[in-house]
Amino acid sequence: MMGMLGDGFVVTLQIFGLTLLGAIPLGLVIAFLRMNKWGFHVGKKKRKIRPISLITQFYISVMRGTPLMLQLFVVYFAPFYIFGQSLSDGWRFAATVVAFILNYAAYFAEIYRSGMQSIPRGQHEAADVLGYTKAQSFGSIILPQVIKRIVPPMTNEIVTLVKDTSLAFAIGCVEMFTVARSIVASSRLMWAFLAAAILYYVFNLVVTLVMNFVERKLAYYHD
Amino acid sequence: MPVVSLEHIHKSFGDNEVLRDISLSVDKGEVVGIIGASGGGKSTLLRCATLLETFEKGKLTYDDVVVAQNNEAGDAVYGSKAVLKQAKQKFGLVFQNFNLFPNFTVLKNITHAPIHVQKRDEGEVMEQAAELIGKMGLTGKENMVPCELSGGQQQRVAIARALCMNPQILFFDEPTSALDPLLTQEVLKVIRELAEEHMTMVIVTHEMAFARDVADRIVFMAGGTIVEEGPAEQVINNPQNDITKAFLNKVNQD
Repeated sequence: MMGMLGDGFVVTLQIFGLTLLGAIPLGLVIAFLRMNKWGFHVGKKKRKIRPISLITQFYISVMRGTPLMLQLFVVYFAPFYIFGQSLSDGWRFAATVVAFILNYAAYFAEIYRSGMQSIPRGQHEAADVLGYTKAQSFGSIILPQVIKRIVPPMTNEIVTLVKDTSLAFAIGCVEMFTVARSIVASSRLMWAFLAAAILYYVFNLVVTLVMNFVERKLAYYHD
Repeated sequence: MPVVSLEHIHKSFGDNEVLRDISLSVDKGEVVGIIGASGGGKSTLLRCATLLETFEKGKLTYDDVVVAQNNEAGDAVYGSKAVLKQAKQKFGLVFQNFNLFPNFTVLKNITHAPIHVQKRDEGEVMEQAAELIGKMGLTGKENMVPCELSGGQQQRVAIARALCMNPQILFFDEPTSALDPLLTQEVLKVIRELAEEHMTMVIVTHEMAFARDVADRIVFMAGGTIVEEGPAEQVINNPQNDITKAFLNKVNQD
């Protein structure tokens, strides 16, 4: 039993790792698009319309406003209904990762944005007066402060991700929960669920410990 | 040639005209104190001079670098990025609330920009920083981060950070407004020493006695205009304009 659960756990771990790998940078791109100021004035009141920001806001609101499980199905079936492609078994895993990245990047983007907007204007001004370029001041001064501020909300989101991986079950991606469920169904005993629960819990315990360590590392200053 | 010269500056926030035809130039080695009630345009003037705000009309030059000047239609046009970059090398600014980088140590706050922006030799910058740290009375604090320092110490780090860029002129925007009287004295002492070394400075302040002692020239601003300006002693002790008199009377009552 543990061998099968272990194989499932590896898939869970892969979904988790690849989602973070994709969503952490994609979230940054989305956050920048969301904060993009490019636009034009319309109407009598000269309201400014920012197309790039608006489209990004719509994307974020859809990703956060609809169930992840539904998004999983949409991504999974898209090649079939849109392009008429047959769906391979390997696609289940890939579709899971794609859907998770698209969803989590939206959440991460909003965390990044709140972090960036919480940095006092004086920090930007001090950097500007000292002659830093925008890129320099972002890389050396703003981003390190943003990272410190977003660790707690990111921990929250990452802990949720660990548990959300079990949603991949819905499109038949064989991760730990899918395995546990099939063991329970065939053995007519609940032990596999207990074992899976313990594994999820320990996984999250490790995640929390790592994030707490990062938080302590960054606690050498406060503002 | 003046170090900085502002000519006929107009600046508005929406319908609110904050600077109305302000002209001010500062010569090398001169210390100018700007006084006046809040909302009179002092800080905005400083922010325009340090390129944190843009003005709509007028001319701004540092040395031989023309930062902005009016076009034929009478609207201020700013120079290219390269010009602005060149101008930023000429001045330093000390903020009211310090704005040190909280994630950098004292030493890194002072040396990071000279090394990474000015691309100067690291050894040379470190040497200059050590000297400034001694001068500012911050010896032993090199590896501390700003949150471990008092407000007065933080402001002295901020002054060292600005000086390490070797600016030709240093602007102070109410440098002691966030400090208690004791810490205020620490910071004023440092600025006095700079004045004795003939550092060119423009200081916006509410410390009248300090302004009189340290400044060569006092500029009194109200309602977005320069109401009175002249030698420090004269403006503070014997003001001519009624608005200046009223302001100084009020201040002295407290």
